[in-house]
Amino acid sequence: MNSESRLLTGWGRTVPTRSDVHRPLAGDDVDAMLKEADDRGAIARGLGRGYGDVAQNAGGRVLDMTSLRRVRSIDLGAGTITVDAGFNLDALMRLIVPLGWFVAVTPGTRHVTVGGAIASDIHGKNHHRDGSFCDHVLSMELRTPAGEHLRLTADDTPDEFWATAGGLGLTGVVTEATLQLLPIETSRIRADTQRCSDLDELMTLMHEEDERYRYSVAWIDCLARGTSMGRAVLSRGEHASLDDLAVDERATALAFDPHTRLAAPPWAPPGLLNRLTVRAFNELWFRKAPRHDIGGLESISWFFHPLDSVSGWNRLYGRTGFVQYQFVVPFGQEDAVRESVRRLSEARTPSFLAVLKRFGPGHGLLSFPMAGWTLALDIPSALPGLARLLDDLDDLVVGANGRVYLAKDSRLRPELLAIMYPELDRWREIRARLDPDAVMCSDLARRLQLV
Amino acid sequence: MDGQPASEDRSEAEDRSSHVAVGDAVKDALGSVQSVLVLGGGSDIARATVKALVADRARTVTLAARRPERLDDLALELKEAGATDVRLLTFDADDLDSHPAFVADAFAARDIDLVLLAFGVLGDADRTRVDRRATLDLLHTNVMGSVSVLMPVVERLKAQGHGTIVVLSSVAGERVRKSNFPYGASKAAVDGFCSGLADFLQGSGVHVMVVRPGFVDTKMTAGMDRKPMSTTPEKVADVIVAGLRKGSDTVWAPPPIRWVFAALRHLPRALFRRLDL
Repeated sequence: MNSESRLLTGWGRTVPTRSDVHRPLAGDDVDAMLKEADDRGAIARGLGRGYGDVAQNAGGRVLDMTSLRRVRSIDLGAGTITVDAGFNLDALMRLIVPLGWFVAVTPGTRHVTVGGAIASDIHGKNHHRDGSFCDHVLSMELRTPAGEHLRLTADDTPDEFWATAGGLGLTGVVTEATLQLLPIETSRIRADTQRCSDLDELMTLMHEEDERYRYSVAWIDCLARGTSMGRAVLSRGEHASLDDLAVDERATALAFDPHTRLAAPPWAPPGLLNRLTVRAFNELWFRKAPRHDIGGLESISWFFHPLDSVSGWNRLYGRTGFVQYQFVVPFGQEDAVRESVRRLSEARTPSFLAVLKRFGPGHGLLSFPMAGWTLALDIPSALPGLARLLDDLDDLVVGANGRVYLAKDSRLRPELLAIMYPELDRWREIRARLDPDAVMCSDLARRLQLV
Repeated sequence: MDGQPASEDRSEAEDRSSHVAVGDAVKDALGSVQSVLVLGGGSDIARATVKALVADRARTVTLAARRPERLDDLALELKEAGATDVRLLTFDADDLDSHPAFVADAFAARDIDLVLLAFGVLGDADRTRVDRRATLDLLHTNVMGSVSVLMPVVERLKAQGHGTIVVLSSVAGERVRKSNFPYGASKAAVDGFCSGLADFLQGSGVHVMVVRPGFVDTKMTAGMDRKPMSTTPEKVADVIVAGLRKGSDTVWAPPPIRWVFAALRHLPRALFRRLDL
């Protein structure tokens, strides 16, 4: 079987470690590759969009799942589709959008595999209403290192299902999944966009009006200080109906063919995204947003995946890469959100992708979402004092009964894990049942002593 | 049905190749390490460095020294500072044949994120410059000892696919001065070996950082005249931690001494030998 020794990092390009990368071409290859793994273990990897070290395994095996990408079956009446785990959301949307269906949950990029979406139990702009990705997984096939092929559903096998959903790939390898899709009439989003002059105005607006929209997210200017601290652009939307389209556009109502417009250069100087350039970008982004625009039509790719139009945008952070920090705190802990934005603003954190949204309840034992406010941001890893700043934010988050997103993590203190994820012990028990020899392993699992 | 449109294959393949990073780094995205092995744990710079690492988030520390019982106080201090597992091992840099077994023992329990090579002798310059035996002893400890223990360490780190080696070199190795040329020559050898090793290890997941302090106030230099730009073990430790954060290949302590030695390196020999350094 083909394997290749390679340095791997996550999308943040921060922690290269060497793994033996194997590429299964069929489900049975997965069984063999897990069986032959040595004591350094194995982990599945998709398109490498996890920011940190969740899909790499230093000194051990990595199963590159992207060749397992067949559509097994599709039911256009019920809106269900069964695909291989290496099938990605870009291909999925290109297939189903013209047929009048959409994925129930899409993250900010289409370049993730279904298996990766399950392992991270990803969320989108509609979490407050629709939950996370695995809430729409009707069933999945899990292959364990012990050689079992398990068909998991939330109803029949809730323990195994919710340990695997958001389980960071550590319960086995998901090879197939059946997804419930969402019916749509058009491939456009009817979007309401408005500027908010500070954080309080933004949070009040989101609290009062989010439930009226399927999709809602706010971009925050973390470099704004003083009275405009936390100024933001709030963007909310619904799938447009046929009636929303001009008559001459209705014939192509379901057209979907997004293109990559730009490519980031292969090399960028480490300091390219600094306080000055990010401040300039943020100023422009804020000013270019309409004060209040109602019902404008946007394409799916522009509304959900604007960064997909620049391939390899992660390289703009240069050799030293970047970290993505995302936390959630329960409703009622608005002060923690304010305090975190204040600290980031005071530390003049050059983040051009700071995003605030509201979550509904979550289900997976290690899934990130829980009802509350979530803030996500990208920060260049070379920023002086960043390690301390984020450690202090962790303490703030823990103090507010919140947690950070493990699938994006690359620097959390292990001792905070059990506090942030109270179901950790139960997850460990179920995991130990599924993988008694602890074959499944990743750098993240080692770093956080997850298993 | 193959769900992947053919036109997407290329861009996807490119995207994947972009994850293969150019440099190596330590286990945490911000340069924090969790498990540390210190060779020569008794030196002042080693003490200051391991304290700084534990203050960050190092939790498992193995201190190796010729007389580990002298490190009980440090072990206690590290535990009080948050280390959960502090192990003391006997390590004799001069006993080259013992090194492979020693390394196997040190790595037996778990992965080691960072290995700090901190042992070395300064030698009595007045003696080593004229005494064959004393000079050979110094070179044996500093050069042979370092190389001998580094080789099995490198094998272990390569097998685990990640790790950082921090080597305490010295500006004395950048251009060997007459004042203590046997020591300078030993540092030049180790520095050169490790710089080459660092480049050889590109792509293995193992990162080597060479540390070049100037004159440091330590028990090793006690009684000597302080030199300009002298520094302290704590400041060297800060430089090391900062270098780990950045993934540096070489760091100097204090940082500006880098430029002094860059200039000294190119000074004409006739001038250089007249300098009282």
